[in-house]
Parts: sequence; C-alpha cells; structure tokens
Amino acid sequence: MRSKVVLGRLLHNRQARYGGIALILLIALAYIGPYLGAYDWTDKDFLAFLSPPDADHWWGTTSIGQDMYAVTLRGMQKSIVIGLLVALFATGLAALVGAFAGYFGGWVDKVLMWGVDLLLVLPSFLIIAIISPRLRGASWLWFVVLLAAFAWMITSRVVRSMTLSLREREYVQAALYMGIPRWKIILRHIVPNLSSLLIIDATLNVSGAVIGEAALSFFGFGIQPPDVSLGTLIAEGARNATGYPWLFAFPAGLLVLLVLAINLIGDGLRDALDPGSNS
Amino acid sequence: MSILEVRDLTVTFPGGIQAVRGVSYDVAQGEVLGIVGESGSGKSVTSLAIMGLLPQNAVVSGSVKLHGQELLGMEEGELTRVRGKAISMIFQDPLSAFTPVYTIGEQIAEAVRVHQKVGKDKAARRAVELLDLVGIPHPDVRAKAFPHEFSGGMRQRAMIAMAIANDPDLLICDEPTTALDVTIQAQVLEVLKTAQAETGAGIVMITHDLGVIAGMADRVLVMYAGRPVEQGVVDDIYYRPRMPYTMGLLASIPRVDGEQDTLVPIEGNPPSPAALPPGCPFAPRCPMHIDACDDEEPPLTQIGGGRYVACIRSREIEHKGMTGADVFPVPVIPPSDVARVPREERETVLELDNLVRHYPLMKGAVFKRRVGTVHAVDGITFDIAEGETLALVGESGCGKTTTLQQIMQLTPPQSGRVVVLGKDSSRLDKAARKALRGDLQIVFQDPMAALDPRMPVGDIIAEPLRAHGRKNVSQRVAELLTLVGLAPEHAERYPQQFSGGQRQRIGIARALALEPKLIVLDEPVSALDVSIQAGVINLLEELKNRLGLSYLFVAHDLAVVRHLADRVAVMYLGRIAEIGAVENVYDRPAHPYTQALLSAIPLPDPEMERSRKRILLEGDLPSPADPPSGCRFRTRCPKFARLSEADKRRCVDEEPSVARLARAKDHGAACHYAEEIEVITASEHQEEQ
Ligand SMILES: Nc1ncnc2c1ncn2[C@@H]1O[C@H](COP(=O)(O)OP(=O)(O)OP(=O)(O)O)[C@@H](O)[C@H]1O
Ligand code: SF4
Ligand code: SF4
Ligand SMILES: [Mg+2]
Repeated sequence: MRSKVVLGRLLHNRQARYGGIALILLIALAYIGPYLGAYDWTDKDFLAFLSPPDADHWWGTTSIGQDMYAVTLRGMQKSIVIGLLVALFATGLAALVGAFAGYFGGWVDKVLMWGVDLLLVLPSFLIIAIISPRLRGASWLWFVVLLAAFAWMITSRVVRSMTLSLREREYVQAALYMGIPRWKIILRHIVPNLSSLLIIDATLNVSGAVIGEAALSFFGFGIQPPDVSLGTLIAEGARNATGYPWLFAFPAGLLVLLVLAINLIGDGLRDALDPGSNS
Repeated sequence: MSILEVRDLTVTFPGGIQAVRGVSYDVAQGEVLGIVGESGSGKSVTSLAIMGLLPQNAVVSGSVKLHGQELLGMEEGELTRVRGKAISMIFQDPLSAFTPVYTIGEQIAEAVRVHQKVGKDKAARRAVELLDLVGIPHPDVRAKAFPHEFSGGMRQRAMIAMAIANDPDLLICDEPTTALDVTIQAQVLEVLKTAQAETGAGIVMITHDLGVIAGMADRVLVMYAGRPVEQGVVDDIYYRPRMPYTMGLLASIPRVDGEQDTLVPIEGNPPSPAALPPGCPFAPRCPMHIDACDDEEPPLTQIGGGRYVACIRSREIEHKGMTGADVFPVPVIPPSDVARVPREERETVLELDNLVRHYPLMKGAVFKRRVGTVHAVDGITFDIAEGETLALVGESGCGKTTTLQQIMQLTPPQSGRVVVLGKDSSRLDKAARKALRGDLQIVFQDPMAALDPRMPVGDIIAEPLRAHGRKNVSQRVAELLTLVGLAPEHAERYPQQFSGGQRQRIGIARALALEPKLIVLDEPVSALDVSIQAGVINLLEELKNRLGLSYLFVAHDLAVVRHLADRVAVMYLGRIAEIGAVENVYDRPAHPYTQALLSAIPLPDPEMERSRKRILLEGDLPSPADPPSGCRFRTRCPKFARLSEADKRRCVDEEPSVARLARAKDHGAACHYAEEIEVITASEHQEEQ
C-alpha cells in the first residue's frame, strides 16, 4: 500500500518529474553524446592546443589538444556512477548503523558507535592512501566503496540520536506489542520517519563524492590520468579558470546540473514520502 | 457596570482562516464568564486578541473596551501598561509563563515592580504574601525556588499569584486546570475563587470542561466555529439549552453521578475555519437541520432576559421544551451475552498477582550511581473476567502506565505474576509470546502519536495481520474500517488526514485486527473533544458487547470510567487503594482517597456544584521514590488528620492491604478505618426529573 501510494505521489510531483527528466537527459548525454562528437576522448588534435570552443571542437580543447566535449562526457560517465553509488552506500549505511545503534541501545549501540568514532578519528585520507595501491589493478568500484566508507559516520550519529527519540514514540511501541520483529520495526517505522534527513544527506553526498574523488585523484589515488572524471577536470580547469574558462565551465556546469537534478528528485521524494505536504 | 466590552471581534489569519467571526460579550465586576467550545472553536484566539498577543499577521477588527477605553489598535507601549496591571492572563501551561533561570519569588516581585512604584524589599515581601494567599506551604522558603522545582499544581498557583499581583480588574484564564489532576484541579479552582474574592476582578474562564464551568461561571458563552452560538445565565444554558449544539454537547458528557444509559454523540466534525458552510455552521451536524438553515448564518438573537441564541429553530425548541435526547438520536447498543453469566463462572482473561515494578533512581552524568528506588508499581493484584471491563484510575504518576507496560511486555516481571488467558508471562517462549500477542492488544492515549505518520492507514491496520501471517489482508482491512465506522476507501490516506476521533478509531481497528480477547486501553478518549469522545466510548461499548471482548481501561476521568467500566480499581502511589464493582465504589466509596477523588470531580450541573461540599486534599502526590511509611496516603489523608494519636499509630506503622468490606459482595479498600460514605449526592433538579 505504501509503495503504491508513494509512487503515485512521486509521479504526480512536478519537481520529481523535472528532476527525473533532467537526470535521464544527463545520463543520455554522457553515454550517447560521445557518438555525436567528431573526436574520441583519447584523440589529440595537435593543431589545436587550448583553443576556445568553435564549430570543430564544440567545447574547446585542453592544453594537450584533447577535445573538451569528448573528455568531459567521458568524465561524466564515471562521475554519475560514482556520485550515485557513493550516496546510496553512504546514506544507506548511515541509516542502518545509526538506526540499529539507536534502537537497540546497550552493547549493540556501544560497539557500533565505537566503530563510528574510530573511523571519525582515523585520518580517512591516510587509510585511503594505504589501501589504494593495493587496489591499483582492481575494479574502480572498490573506489566507490572506499569513498562511501568514510562519508557516513556523522550522519549515522545524527540518525542514532533521532532514533533515540523515535524509539519512544507510541507507534514504535505499538508495533512491538503487535509482535513485529525488531529489524522490521527499524526498516518500516524508524527509517521512513528519518527520510527527510536521509534524502538531504544523500543529495549532499552526490556532489561530495564527485568533488572528493577529484581531491583523491589529485594525490594520485582513484581515477588516474589519462582517464578522467568530472572531479579531475574541475580541479584542473579551476587553476586556469580565468584564462581558459571553457576548461572549467563545462565540467563545472554539468556537475551543477547533475546536483540540481538530484536535488529536485530528492525534494520530490521527500514530498512524496511526507504525507503532510500536499503537492 | 461592565469592565470589559467586546463587540464584533473578528480575527482572520492569512489563508482566509476566519478563526473568530464576530464575538461580543460583557464582563462585569466580580463576574465569571465561562467560554466553552470544542478545540479550534476560537476560544484562545479571542482572548489573545483581547490581550493584544496575536502574531503580527493576524487581522483583528471590532472593538474591545476596558473601562470604556479602546484596546484594539492601542500603541504597544501603552498596551503593555494595561497588560499585567488591569488585565492578567493565566495559561494552561504554567511552565512556559515563567523564566527558568529566575526564582518564582523574583519573578512575582518583578511583576509587582513593573507596574507599581515600590522598593525591592517590599516587592519581595508582597511576593511571599501572594504565594501564601494561593496556598503555597512555607511561602518564604518556596519563593526562593526555581520554576522547575515546583509541581504542576504549585506552578499553576504561582501563576495565579503573579496574575493577581497588581490587583487586576480582569483575569483571563485559558484552560487553567486542563493539565492538572482532579484533586489538584479542585485545589486550584478553590484558589482562583479566593483570588477573585480578594481582588473583586471579573474573570473570563475558557475551558472545554463543562463541569468546571458549571461550578465557576455566572454566565456562559458557547462558541462554535469562531462564533458565539448561545449565551446566557449558567442555569439556563445547562438546564434549558436552546441551540442544538449546546444540547448535544450537554448530552454527550458522561457523568460520575448519572445513570445515563448511552451517551449521545454529535456526528461529524467541526468545520474547517478556512471552508465554512454557507448557512448555519452547525448545519452539517445538526439533526434539526432544515433547508432554511442553509440560506444564511443565523445571527445571535435575544430570546428573553439576557439570553442569546443563534438558531432559527430556537423558539420551537423553547415551545416544545425539547432536550438533547429529543433532538439527537440516541444510539442503540446491543446488550452483551456474556454479562448474563455470573462472573465466577466466566473465564479469567487477565490475572495480576502482587505485581511489582521498581526502577532504579540514578544520579550523576558521567558516573551514574544508584541513589534510590522508584516504587512505580508496588504489589498490585486484580483479575479480569471474560466480557468485563476493569478500569484502573488514579492521578498521574500513580503507576497506571507502568502496570500496562508490564502486562503488554509479556516478559517475566520483577516480582509477582502476570497471567494472560491462563498463560504465565514468565513461562513463555518466543513463539508462545508472539501467539499470545494476537490475543492481547493495546489502544494508546494519543491517537496521533500511536500511528506512524509515514504509513497509509491501510498499511497500519494490515501490519498486525501480516506479522501474524493472516490471509486476505486487504479484505480484512476494509472490514475493520467499516466496523469502526470509517469507509474502506480511507485505507489510502495518511493519519494526518483524519480528525482526532477518526484517528482513535483507526487505532481501535488496528487493535481489533487479530480478533483479540483482551484489549488494553490507555486513556483512549482523553485527547478527544467531548462530542467526539462520546462516539468513541459508544463504539468501544458496542464492540465489547458484539465481539465479547474484555477491556483493561486506564483513565483519569472518573466520569468516563463510570460509564464504561464494570469494575474499577483506584490506584495511589503504585498500590490499589480501593477496588470493586463500579456501583459500589462510586456510590459508597470507602477509602478516603477515593472519596476525595470523587468529590473533586466537577459535575456539569450548576445547582449540584453550588450545593456540593468538597473534600479537598492537602498538598501534592509524594514522590514514588520515597513513599510514606505505613499507609501511603496518610500524608494527605483527611481522615488520618482527624484520628486520635493511638489510631494514627496504626496508619503510620502498618501498611493496609485491600480487605473486602463486610456488607458488599465485590468491594474492597486498603484502609484500616475504611467506612463507606456517599460523596456524590443527587441534586434537586435531577430528582425532579
Ligand atoms: N497563528 C495562527 N495562524 C493561523 N491559524 C491559527 C493561528 N492560531 C490559531 N489559528 C486557528 O484559529 C482557530 C481557532 O483556534 P483557537 O486556538 O482559538 O481554538 P480554541 O477554541 O482555543 O481550541 P482549544 O480548545 O484546542 O484550545 C483554529 O482553527 C486554529 O487552527
Ligand atoms: S440554525 Fe438550523 S442547522 Fe443551525 S442549529 Fe439551528 S436548526 Fe440546526
Ligand atoms: S489507613 Fe489511615 S491514613 Fe491510610 S487511608 Fe486509612 S485512615 Fe487514611
Ligand atoms: Mg485554546
């Protein structure tokens, strides 16, 4: 019943519709766009270094003559996946760990929060630096796991403290008295009531992951040249943003569009889940 | 000479919410005007408008004159001078009226000094005097206490002290006793009367409790959907109501004394202030409704001396001398089959034997150490037979909710036994416990808090069914919704989209889903308006009879209990003070606490209220962490105070246990000197009828 009602509300929600359309268009651009351009992202045009956008190179070229259009879209393919997956993992983990710790209390809480605090005090950067070399050959999906693993702790603490108050609500007690298993109570009654927080957190995580990935790449982990991502492109373009704005503007603009689309979907989902809103 | 004249007061909030639509009244010196009405009828907004305390975005029009001086549109600085000096207000929640960081004495002295030119010492002395006047023991010491160190009743008294600090001409009290227990309410109302006698002020008394109004007010104004619909002298309103809404309201309240058979609910809900019906706002709920009612809103017109009614059929009601029961259809509730079998031959569905629940009292933030024990439930024993309702009553903090939790948890208690349907809770394994949960269900007090706001109603009701692996879930959900008087289409809506009474019905539907044998009801109607409450009480009664349910019913409203319960157990500080059949306990209470409790309940009957003698209790409930030795009630027991020294010894040394009273079959009290007396006497008016 709930999924049917929420889905119905989501489809009726204008923000969610626009956000969804925008996201689909962006994905289409990332994966179909490259076939429309004249250049491949590995091609180098030795006749045009740092040339501004024109009819040949739609979005200009880089300092080594790569076609910005092809490169940016190649980067975006990676970044969309990384951003969405990291957000999903990080927020999901935060919700589960926080809710279980808050709901069960006692030693479950102690152990989980001890883990959270440990991860918080450990310099995440150092850990990634240590682990990364081992992952060199492995799938870049490991990198997603790594990014997510260090992005969920603070949220899980917030979730835990909110759960502490939700736990005392009568409807949670009522569920217990009905004989519903505790893990089901957490998934059915606690997590949905934290959805506003979780959705905001997930949307923030998307942009956080894209940017964070760039910072790591800069230090030589994660996506390595010659491969690119939106993050590495933005980081590189930012240095010359005034002189050669196209190096910065296109990747940054796409990131903004991506985040906007995700935000719209998030807002729509929040409204759809929140019976108090009637949009 | 009237102190306050309100004329055509209207208040509109953004979004076209017409909260108040033309209220006019006068309050004379020394007079008490009672304002009653359901939640959202605009009672509070009216008084906030008079005080000039509404938010900026509210549009106020009309006229409010204090001693002939117009208050509306008065400049803020001047208004502040009037507020607190000439008019004071007493709120429902006294904690919000005090600043937590200053002592009560300082704050009262401050209130004095704002409006009077007196020295600091003199103001402080005046504060102590005022606290003494409102009956705070050791006022000189207590003046140095902080607000959170006061109990609810004491805070309310302190607020009254502050309100009368400057001899105001008018006191506006908005639900001054709603948050308090009955015995404390009786004390505070007494203080309010003293305060009025002292200051000679006029009082505007806003409440939804028709009993309180009957005892306090000289005149009554009934509000509905932002407008007064009837106004008159208190006796006229109570004995000769002329507006269907007032009639319905009076017929829907359960009474502690009365032998009403069935309560008369008013169907439907008050209209939303943003979407009012075209004609009479009560029309959609009014059984006397005729086409002419929809033409225009009937104005408040005078019928006879000082009486105003807004109903086009009021003269007809007057001529025919109609009462609430004539106008509103009295529901028929089928009798119960089980009740015919004598109690002893019925199955026992719940048995508590010497149940104990103590909580450790911890202190310290970092290193917690145990500094004592809270005796929340301290050895209670009772049983419930099939098809029977046992009510557990008592003031807040006496252990009612703890008892319920101990039963609902179905885990071994600290001490004693809980036996549900013949199964001892300490000998249950996981599967047996889950199976038993299907037979034991609960309905909570706050219908909003007990329903997951993020779940559609259909899922909420289906949850227990799915958890116990039942088939045909959606069909059963539709059945249950119909059973509690809702429509099957409602399954897709969320709890927010229902009114309080409807939400409670959803809670009841969920409790019924698994066809339980015993339902535990934790204050199921206390959050509802009277007219709605009646409907839910009737529903509970009907379901019980039809489905052969047993109820364990927890309530602090003794009138509701009398109406619904077969037997009643009165709790005090974790123990049972008196237990027995409802007729026995209510008509011949034997324990001094029960006597005080029953005599504290305001009756919706002005004549009886005037002639009644109250047994007022001293002080507050002692802390359950440190109950008095011997009889726990002795610190407040009026009887104890009258005993000889030798007799007193027994109360101090020996804890009384529930003993069956000699003459009655089902009646026991835990008092060494139990003696049955009658506290609620029938009024002359009732006898006439
Ligand atoms: N600040 C506000 N903004 C918008 N609407 C308001 C505001 N304050 C009150 N209302 C609306 O005005 C109407 C009257 O409210 P009011 O508080 O006077 O009711 P009441 O009779 O005191 O009810 P209760 O018995 O619950 O105290 C309600 O519909 C309420 O929702
Ligand atoms: S005016 Fe009509 S609808 Fe309104 S209360 Fe009177 S009879 Fe009922
Ligand atoms: S035992 Fe004594 S103190 Fe207790 S209620 Fe009876 S008379 Fe009062
Ligand atoms: Mg109010």
